[in-house]
Amino acid sequence: MGFGFLHRHRGSTAYLLLAPGMLFLVVFFLVPLGFLAYQSLESGSIDFGYAFTWAWDNYSSAITGYGTQFKRSFAYAGIATAIALLVSYPVAYWIAFRGGRWKNLLLLCIVAPFFVTYLIRTLAWQTILSDDGLIVRTLTDMHILSPGGRLLATGTAVVAGITYNFLPFMALPLYVSLEQIDQTLIEAAEDLYASKWTAFFRVTFPLSLPGVVAGTLLTFIPAAGDFINAQLLGSTTNHMIGNVINSKYNELIDYPAAAAMSFILMAIILALVLIYARAVGSEKLTG
Amino acid sequence: MDESVVTAPPSAASPSAENGSGPEYDIRLIGLTKRFDDVVAVDNLSLDIDRGHFFALLGPSGCGKTTTLRMIGGFEEPTEGRIELGGVDVAPLPAYKRDVNTVFQSYALFPHLSIFENVAFGLRRRRVKGGEVRRRVVEALELVGLAGLERRKPRQLSGGQQQRIALARALVNRPRVLLLDEPLGALDLKLRKEMQLELKRIQSEVGITFVHVTHDQEEAMTMADQIVIMNGGHIEQSGTPTELYESPRTAFVAGFLGVSNLLEGTMVGEDRVKLSDGTEVQCPREALGGRTGTVQIGVRPEKLRLGAGEANSLSGTVAESAYIGVSTQYTLDTPAGPVTVYVQNDRPGGQVATGERLTLSWSPESTFVVDSQEGLQ
Repeated sequence: MGFGFLHRHRGSTAYLLLAPGMLFLVVFFLVPLGFLAYQSLESGSIDFGYAFTWAWDNYSSAITGYGTQFKRSFAYAGIATAIALLVSYPVAYWIAFRGGRWKNLLLLCIVAPFFVTYLIRTLAWQTILSDDGLIVRTLTDMHILSPGGRLLATGTAVVAGITYNFLPFMALPLYVSLEQIDQTLIEAAEDLYASKWTAFFRVTFPLSLPGVVAGTLLTFIPAAGDFINAQLLGSTTNHMIGNVINSKYNELIDYPAAAAMSFILMAIILALVLIYARAVGSEKLTG
Repeated sequence: MDESVVTAPPSAASPSAENGSGPEYDIRLIGLTKRFDDVVAVDNLSLDIDRGHFFALLGPSGCGKTTTLRMIGGFEEPTEGRIELGGVDVAPLPAYKRDVNTVFQSYALFPHLSIFENVAFGLRRRRVKGGEVRRRVVEALELVGLAGLERRKPRQLSGGQQQRIALARALVNRPRVLLLDEPLGALDLKLRKEMQLELKRIQSEVGITFVHVTHDQEEAMTMADQIVIMNGGHIEQSGTPTELYESPRTAFVAGFLGVSNLLEGTMVGEDRVKLSDGTEVQCPREALGGRTGTVQIGVRPEKLRLGAGEANSLSGTVAESAYIGVSTQYTLDTPAGPVTVYVQNDRPGGQVATGERLTLSWSPESTFVVDSQEGLQ
């Protein structure tokens, strides 16, 4: 694995092929990232301007001041990812193994919400979850929700919104990894005395792990930094770190604090991903 | 022929004596039928397979042999009929409850598990104790000559090695019957020949009934002690390789198993058939099997001799010749039809040129009789 292909094509061909992508990454990712890092260590104010002063307290005050929002972001993202996995897996499984000639149409249905913009989709959830909406009324009638209870402007609504918005990012990688599984392997497991369930847990699920990992990462990472759902479906008590960064940057024009928080968010996500990858085992992922 | 009942005679050298002898069959298929929508893949097939035999289901693709195997394995539900395994009907049972293991054409090794865990898979499902698992896995790997590869992953093995692991993974469970679905199809010729002998050795070592599906007649002849030839969802003929080769009962069997010269004729006596050109040919009485009217007589190319020395003879001109090395293959135009003959190249300069006239002769014992093609239509 790795960069073995570079050795097979000694010479500059491989580097030339990589060049456009690398250049793009440097200009549009590494340079802005460096700039952001620089900005996160500045101090000053919008009126008198910001200057680079190795202001590490931007980081410490972000953690002490917004610890709750950081924790809430990861909790919401974690719950939404778990629900998305539980909902998507059976769907992806069914399409991959039983979809037959309807496979492509069913996949299109999963992607269909993307034809409407993110913002509009989330606004639609405001209507769906509104106090006089069908869901709230039904739940109240069923005594699941106490009279006067609401869904909009609660954590439940934010998690539901995140789950909904990121579901395709979970379902598609799951589908791809399930689709690649040779059905004969499942027959072989059953031939070797595994019941349908045992065959699933011993063969199908382990072989779909690359899809599970890709799906959870594609859902969890953007969800942890999301602010649209909390802004449109939650109240201030449901704000995530994305909302804080957004307001620091766009409303308070406190660039250093926003930059520092972005870095903390990035660092935590990176750490969690590494722990996750370790726990799942990279050996299993490469098959 | 809509029902074919075939019983494989018990072999004297049956290696299954330890399992108890007697008239018990390992597998008994009774009126087995499988329809896929309108297509009848297996048509009212009945077959008994004795314990400890190496059994081959042979036939062209689409003849229903793989479907039959998959029904025994539990991967395909029969539309009708019974599948008895040791006297018990297993047709309603799912695959995992059957005392049968399969070696799949694609091997189907679990890519995420080590070789050890692949082979141990069945034992673990049956909750065999750890020490026993270890002992039996090592034993199975030794049987297939691959001890020491326990920690590898399937993708680190060659095709031939994967094939052996698939075999070990099935045999380690000591099933009543081992099903092999064209297991050698993906190997190159040299490896295939090696594995044919290897499979035969392993079968006689473990004494388990092997049911081997193949479209390769040579493979079936090399390995099996009993062959069933299938065509169009039913059994054409069954017997030992020698029986099938020496006395094919249908034109299909005669043509599928080796090369045959088939000539149209009419019965003119208890043991005589008159060919279309008027030549009379003598056949063994038992080969005629009470047939009357038009029949086809057959003779294998290697049973024909140059010159008139035997009871039956035909003359014709050489239309084609092909030098194969060990022998030369001539195709003769005779008044009774085209005839192929193999002539050993045992002397220098023995070649016969195209257009020359040759006389061929053969003994009545080398003659077999099948139903006329025209008679079937």
